[in-house]
Amino acid sequence: MNDLIILGAGPAGITATIYAARKKLNFLVITKDIGGQAAISADIENYTGYQYITGPDLAKKFKDHMEEFKMGVKEGEEVVGVEKINGTFKVKTDSETHESKTLIIATGAKPRTLNVPGEKKFKNRGVTYCATCDAPLFANMDVAVIGGGNSALDATLQLMKIANRIFLININPSFRGDKVMIEKVEKSDKVVTLHNAKTLEILGDKMVTGIKLEKDGEQKILNVQGVFVEIGYVANSDLVANLVELNKRGEVVVDEHCKTNVPGIFAAGDVSNAPYKQIVVAAGDGAKAALSAYEYLSRLG
Amino acid sequence: MAIKVYSTPTCPYCRVVKDFLKQNKIEFEDIDVATNTEAAKEMVEKSGQMAVPVLDIDGTIIVGADLKAIKKALDLEG
Repeated sequence: MNDLIILGAGPAGITATIYAARKKLNFLVITKDIGGQAAISADIENYTGYQYITGPDLAKKFKDHMEEFKMGVKEGEEVVGVEKINGTFKVKTDSETHESKTLIIATGAKPRTLNVPGEKKFKNRGVTYCATCDAPLFANMDVAVIGGGNSALDATLQLMKIANRIFLININPSFRGDKVMIEKVEKSDKVVTLHNAKTLEILGDKMVTGIKLEKDGEQKILNVQGVFVEIGYVANSDLVANLVELNKRGEVVVDEHCKTNVPGIFAAGDVSNAPYKQIVVAAGDGAKAALSAYEYLSRLG
Repeated sequence: MAIKVYSTPTCPYCRVVKDFLKQNKIEFEDIDVATNTEAAKEMVEKSGQMAVPVLDIDGTIIVGADLKAIKKALDLEG
């Protein structure tokens, strides 16, 4: 039986593996990918020790560091269930079942979806969650950006250089992002901002042709070919929803030692309710979770 | 085997795919659809989608950084 199984290999999971390896724990890492959201970040300028590094480059450094220690990394294995049976954790994947005395949940987060009709149907057919990736495909087109925080403003700034016209659809009465970005967006004659506007539906045929929204009690349709959804993130906690306490945002509730309400289960990074979704915070919490797990195992004897 | 990768310079998922191919010493044609609008059209027609990266591996079209599908299409172990 393993001492520890770490679910996820983003900044939190990878840092946990480094600490667990140095404590010579007998452990496994099960993950869909390596690097998590950090691997798909464009420019990183706030990770200590790097004035500037790209997401894929930082993920590569993380991976190299992790691989210095010889240990079991199950990459590409998908976890289908996690159970606690007679004090032992059983992690079932698409190919086998692993047993462990402790668990660290470091499964991260994914972009929040609008949950409106048409969104699923037109995903990658005009609807996108990665402006950094797909914005250049919408050259000289009319597009909508949904959201009012920094990621929506950032997407809008990118699109100002590419698209013909940008409708910025914000459900709240004002923006929540950084002042510098708001000013740039408000100055642009390409951007039409709609506050207090709720997106109701994404319309289209083969590809997106428009969106339906409600503003001031009236419904209207905007003709756009692209819809950039930038409304934040949601924790990847579905797998453990029946096992540990989640808050109303779906995040795993942890204390300052990264302990969940279930003895032997720890959580770190964006999946947890720790504030500030930052790479450096996730990495720090990964270390805390591994040290907490080690302490817990020591007491088990 | 002819492999094309349609990508944009800023797209981190595209980097993940291209790094993966390089690591496995697999040659590919790198097509920047941000500047090449003809290629962008071709990509949308082939994949039916407006998203990068798109891989064309001898006619097998894969959208996104789906390393599992890419390994399968390339007959790579693991």
